[in-house]
Amino acid sequence: MTASKTWAPVAFAFALAVAPGAFAQKKYDPGASDTEIRIGQTMPYSGPASAYGTIGRVEAAYFQKINDEGGINGRKIKLLSVDDGYSPPKTVEMTRKLVEQDEVLFMFQPLGTAANSAIHKYLNTKKVPHLLVASGATKWADPRNFPWTMGWNPSYQTEGRIYAKDILANHSSGKIAVLYQNDDYGKDLLKGLKDGLGDKAAKMIVAEASYEVSDPTVDSQIVSLKGSGADIFVNIATPKFAALAIRKVYDVGWRPVHYLNNVSLSVGSVLTPAGLEKSVGLITTAYLKDATDAQYANDPGMKDYLAFMKKYYPDGNIADSSNTYGYSAAQALVQILKQCGDNLTRENVMRQAANLKNLQLPLGRPGVLINTTPTDFQMFKSMQLQRFDGKQWVGFGDAVQ
Amino acid sequence: MEAFLAQVLSGLATGGIYASVALALVMIHQATHLVNFAQGEMAMFSTYIAWSLIHAGMPYWAAFFLTIAISFAGGVVIERVIIRPVEKGSVLSVVVVFIGLLVILNAVAGWIYSFTVKPFPSPFPAEPLFGNHYLSSHGLGAIAITLMVVLSLWAFFRFTPLGLAMRAAAQNPASARLVGIRVGWMKALGWGLAAAIGAIAGMMVAPIVYLDPNMMAGILLYAFAAALLGGIDSPFGAVVGGFIVGVLENLVGTYVIGNELKLTVALVLIIGVLIVKPSGLFGRTVVQRV
Amino acid sequence: MRRKNIALAVLLVVACALPFLVSNFRVFQLTMVLIYAIVLLGLNMLTGYNGQISLGHGAFYAIGAYTAAILMDRFGVPYWLTIPVAGAVCLAAGFLFGLPALRLEGLYLALATFALGVALPQLMKYKHLEHWTGGVQGIVIVKPDAPFGIPLNADQWLYFFSLALTVVMFILAVNLLRGRIGRAMVAIRDHPIAAGAMGVNVAMYKSLTFGVSAMYTGIGGALGAIAVQFVAPDSFNVFLSIAFLVGIVVGGLASIEGAIFGAIFIQFVPNLADQISKAAPWAIYGIFLIAFMYLLPGGIAGLIKALRRRYDR
Repeated sequence: MTASKTWAPVAFAFALAVAPGAFAQKKYDPGASDTEIRIGQTMPYSGPASAYGTIGRVEAAYFQKINDEGGINGRKIKLLSVDDGYSPPKTVEMTRKLVEQDEVLFMFQPLGTAANSAIHKYLNTKKVPHLLVASGATKWADPRNFPWTMGWNPSYQTEGRIYAKDILANHSSGKIAVLYQNDDYGKDLLKGLKDGLGDKAAKMIVAEASYEVSDPTVDSQIVSLKGSGADIFVNIATPKFAALAIRKVYDVGWRPVHYLNNVSLSVGSVLTPAGLEKSVGLITTAYLKDATDAQYANDPGMKDYLAFMKKYYPDGNIADSSNTYGYSAAQALVQILKQCGDNLTRENVMRQAANLKNLQLPLGRPGVLINTTPTDFQMFKSMQLQRFDGKQWVGFGDAVQ
Repeated sequence: MEAFLAQVLSGLATGGIYASVALALVMIHQATHLVNFAQGEMAMFSTYIAWSLIHAGMPYWAAFFLTIAISFAGGVVIERVIIRPVEKGSVLSVVVVFIGLLVILNAVAGWIYSFTVKPFPSPFPAEPLFGNHYLSSHGLGAIAITLMVVLSLWAFFRFTPLGLAMRAAAQNPASARLVGIRVGWMKALGWGLAAAIGAIAGMMVAPIVYLDPNMMAGILLYAFAAALLGGIDSPFGAVVGGFIVGVLENLVGTYVIGNELKLTVALVLIIGVLIVKPSGLFGRTVVQRV
Repeated sequence: MRRKNIALAVLLVVACALPFLVSNFRVFQLTMVLIYAIVLLGLNMLTGYNGQISLGHGAFYAIGAYTAAILMDRFGVPYWLTIPVAGAVCLAAGFLFGLPALRLEGLYLALATFALGVALPQLMKYKHLEHWTGGVQGIVIVKPDAPFGIPLNADQWLYFFSLALTVVMFILAVNLLRGRIGRAMVAIRDHPIAAGAMGVNVAMYKSLTFGVSAMYTGIGGALGAIAVQFVAPDSFNVFLSIAFLVGIVVGGLASIEGAIFGAIFIQFVPNLADQISKAAPWAIYGIFLIAFMYLLPGGIAGLIKALRRRYDR
């Protein structure tokens, strides 16, 4: 095990150096052939996280579009997406089936931090690419120890650090209250926030409250957070709970500087249920465009997206940011596969994934580019801060690291 | 002090939610002596029906009452078609059927309506009463409606012949049959009423917690605790139990053990009540002769 | 009688040959079937034979799984030793839970166990326990390799290990259930007052049954943790308990062989259902539950018994 830890990055660097020559012949690993590229995915189509199932559907629809247009280098993408019910043992079973029985080339966007934790070691031991993991946990960008895993979401810790930076720059004497979901996503973001605040964290954070996904409301938590006397509120919650929190904060008469995490920035599925007038002044980070944001109505990338949804995924909800998310991840994968050319070995797939230079996705925010290297597996390193003005999100400042 | 008051009032608001679902549970128990595990999902499904009606353009109150009527009919049908065959059987078969119902309703709702969260309208004004910061108008309105339902139920059971017939059928089916009461239909009526109450509960809850197929999952356990605490055969008890559970949950969560163990609190409450005082605060103790 | 023994022997031979005939992934699935069979045997003991309804056996599965994971990961205990420890822990836990459960009948016991099944994942995430349980991130463990250099890969070795354990647990169950104790359990289920009047110590039997049932489930949980190589609170939600219930109902209540049929059902049917429709698996479970309760209350085992009676003139 230790040998491969030092060996793997060296091998990648070496492989990168001889990359041009490798493009010449066709090389295939299981799952790839002259006519198709078979990829695997586990998604919670049933169970408590089934709201995210739409990500798998929009990605399948996008690959259908690509296939209709001729595929990638003449090959059709075949996405085998199976339900794991958000249960890690099921994820393990399905992943093993996809890798050992269906012989997919690699795993694409399996969703869920716990689910991916369960297959993390297995895929790295089997040397199967674990690409664009649909989770923002920081551990997916660890090329030294897990060279076959690469995440998609900007790391939650990065996001937390960006908020911390803004707080230190603009509200350095404030008191912070935090609401967070009691799982590793929530705790990861909180850690990023605390790390970003450095030694000021203990002084500035005066209250923390967590909630469970099974809680009906977060009223009790908001009431106690308000009671702490904080004037800055960091809202680390998934869409439904973020909406509940935004509304309650307003209703109890609390007007803090309100940071909202970006998984919940959708105008259509979070701010509208919460109440647009109650959402004025919210600050968040973004790396993708929101389809319900009027400022993008004439944006060419957005228009393409809407046309795509109409034709290939009419049942999909345009207001759901999960769909722009899946669409963009699928596009990034298409780029990686294009770069692979005729060399469709698992090793080359990883190499190309670690070789994305200044990739601007159609739905990516201007200035937010994807860059990866063999030692840096984080796709998105910078995001833009933006503030809600009652109708749409308005960016301010430059993209922050 | 202000924080404490705020927690108590917010607890009363969530307590109102638990109370209304607990009421439906008590209703079924009164009619059939069964605990309906699928109550939450039935309420959720009714709420989705209301949502479809409103989405199709029907005004709120029209949709409200139509949903209640549809749910009532649905409850009767479920009892006659699905529950009746296993009623005479063992407790296990009944429980299994309930669980089956729970699971089917949840999956079908997710399949038809997808799992994305939908906002559900509230008939009450958006501004809080007197601009207070503790209880929204909807919260107050929901509590008021729950109380109205309890009072109507009490009046129905106490003063109407049909209510008397239902009580007789539940307490002593054999004797009730002897005086000409159609016991089977009384049970179906009980289910219909419970489904209707569940629909009201769902429509009151949805604006607060947003509509999605898993909406009731978090609430059901607390509703069970509330119904048991108040007394599984006492409608008033269910309502009181609901408020107590709501406030207790908030206070214990904030001051004693933190928000992370709220479900455990419900668990301890359920087991505690069942062991210490199974009839709850307001229920009657039933003595069975051997 | 002899025919049955021959049938069992043939089954055992087939079971031993299977891992060499199918892919590793199938071996993994078959191991899960064995594990579920042990679990369902435990649950059936409690619910089928003794009439105590449990909707929260997922909790004991979780306790067994976490015991194994914590011992292996934090204390470096060898995998085979974690199994009896997990069994012992769950025996105690089940017995302790069974004590207050004595006062609960039918529906109320179902309710209390339902609450247990719902509340346990949250308890597992509790921050003061996080140091042991790994909190939400869970614990990753390594599958053991075959000992003494036997030429089997890890999957196959675990399969045989589980097979041996399953056989042992089944034999134990048969002895328990076909003898005096089993009859006492059934008597308590059918008419507790009469049983008590006949001299059966109802309280002790009920608590013991709870304990033993939990022990079986915990052993299954420990094996399950090793097979999947991962434990996390989200793996053990109330749907797991519901799946176990489905298993014993479909397999056959109060039947030992029913545990195997039920295990095959809950392992493979979700995969099949998934291919029919993405939203289907749970709807199918629900429909099967209700259909079996109406049409085949004895489950598959009951159906086989009835068929054999018809053709065995």
